[in-house]
Amino acid sequence: MSLLKVDDIHVYYGAIHAIKGVSFEVNEGEIVTLIGANGAGKSTTLNTVAGLLKPRSGLITFDGKPLNNVPAAKTVSLGMALCPEGRRIFQQMTVKENLEMGGYTRPAKEVPASIEEMFERFPRLKEREKQIAGTLSGGEQQMLAIARAMMSKPRLLMLDEPSMGLAPILVEQIFDIIKELHAAGVTILLIEQNAQAALSVADRAYVMETGNITMEGPADELLHNDDVRKAYLGD
Amino acid sequence: MISLLSTLLNGLSLGSVYAIIALGYTMVYGIAKMLNFAHGDVIMIGAYISFSAILYWNVPPILGFLLAMLVCTVLGIVIERLAYKPLRQATSLAVLITAIGISYLLQNGAQLIWGANTKAFPTMVSLPNATLFGGSITISNNTISLLGDQLKISGNMLVTILACVVIMVALTLFINKTKMGKAMRCVSEDKGAAELMGVDVNKTISLTFAIGSALAAVAGVLLCTSYPVLQPTTGAMPGIKAFTAAVFGGIGSIPGAMVGGILLGIIEKLGQTYVSDQLGDAFAFAVLIIVLLVKPTGLMGKKVHEKV
Repeated sequence: MSLLKVDDIHVYYGAIHAIKGVSFEVNEGEIVTLIGANGAGKSTTLNTVAGLLKPRSGLITFDGKPLNNVPAAKTVSLGMALCPEGRRIFQQMTVKENLEMGGYTRPAKEVPASIEEMFERFPRLKEREKQIAGTLSGGEQQMLAIARAMMSKPRLLMLDEPSMGLAPILVEQIFDIIKELHAAGVTILLIEQNAQAALSVADRAYVMETGNITMEGPADELLHNDDVRKAYLGD
Repeated sequence: MISLLSTLLNGLSLGSVYAIIALGYTMVYGIAKMLNFAHGDVIMIGAYISFSAILYWNVPPILGFLLAMLVCTVLGIVIERLAYKPLRQATSLAVLITAIGISYLLQNGAQLIWGANTKAFPTMVSLPNATLFGGSITISNNTISLLGDQLKISGNMLVTILACVVIMVALTLFINKTKMGKAMRCVSEDKGAAELMGVDVNKTISLTFAIGSALAAVAGVLLCTSYPVLQPTTGAMPGIKAFTAAVFGGIGSIPGAMVGGILLGIIEKLGQTYVSDQLGDAFAFAVLIIVLLVKPTGLMGKKVHEKV
């Protein structure tokens, strides 16, 4: 049974037809990745699923319920969390306050325990608990963004370019975190330009090109597919 | 020396009113990224409501004051809902012009209801007569006399300054400690990210207008207790000055609005006393221009720091 099902959605920015009939699904317990070049429509797709953009047509269902007219603020309590492109942590708030905001939809008395859990998983954040988030390094900011998204206890975690702008060693760390979260039972929808890394952790993958899905299949199959290797893996 | 002290106290009291108004400007700017030029006129409406309640409906002053807060809170929410919300995606110029339109609507509406004649605002504060500390402090005629009768503090001044302190402390606690206050800070920083946390952005904007307008009512009553002349344009000049104070302190910054308002009041009074009675305003605005030349973001304006 698929947790998220996106069926033939079309999204426009004004007159620009950005997403031209995209369909995919994410099953409970999977890591699914959308790979593709800059401007292929990956982020637009994710933002549409999260409710920040409205599809002009098509259907999005989460856990069997239609999502089309659900505003972004309500999708969180349904069990979805988007860790957006560029991290978008609250720069002027402390690390702890950022995490508190991540738990905004949860009962107030459960939040401190969840923050402690995040601090256990991300000890660096614990060290920087009272620091203003804008002063963190890029890698720390990405950890904070992921931890903040996890604060809502999502069933589906959507990560938009988590490795963007990070040094290789940090990219590795971020992918280790993704594996850990998956092992802990979180279903993950991952968008990446780093196709190699994304395909290595994912179960299944979709390739996006200029607003369409052009290829799909098990991640290790795509990892060894010649077209994919040529276009996205630099072979 | 005593004259300087007394000027400073007068400035502090006037500046407290500016600060309370400036808070409304700066909060709305921070959250909705718009300059609500009708804010000054909400002050005037607040003053008229408490005026009517006390003089026409014989309500006790404190209830008249609370009624003004209530009416202005509702007014602020309604203005936002009807006039500004439909323009959420419009250019900032369209929103600015709408705000100026609302400002005239409120002024003309007040003229229609209460007439264009100036009204004498009733006394809100009454201090008991007393002699304290063996005569070193005497209270009579609503005025506290200190230092052997040389320094006089009116009850209005005292109440104004105290109200400002209470509002500053309460607002700071609200913004920093409560869930709603933190949600407001998030919306002010990044609407989209706030939505992804589950924050209802529209509700947060409504709440901001509600708080700003309630503060405008407080400012209106305080202003008219100290300068008891009420007419439909009463709010216009203090509104502009408080906007200036908000820019002076750094628009969008709550501590900035507080500091900016108080400094502007003090500078204005110093200018009036020591430079020229007529040039108080010019003096205050000159200082503003100098500050903005040196520090364009205002005294406590936020530097936007970005890190990739």
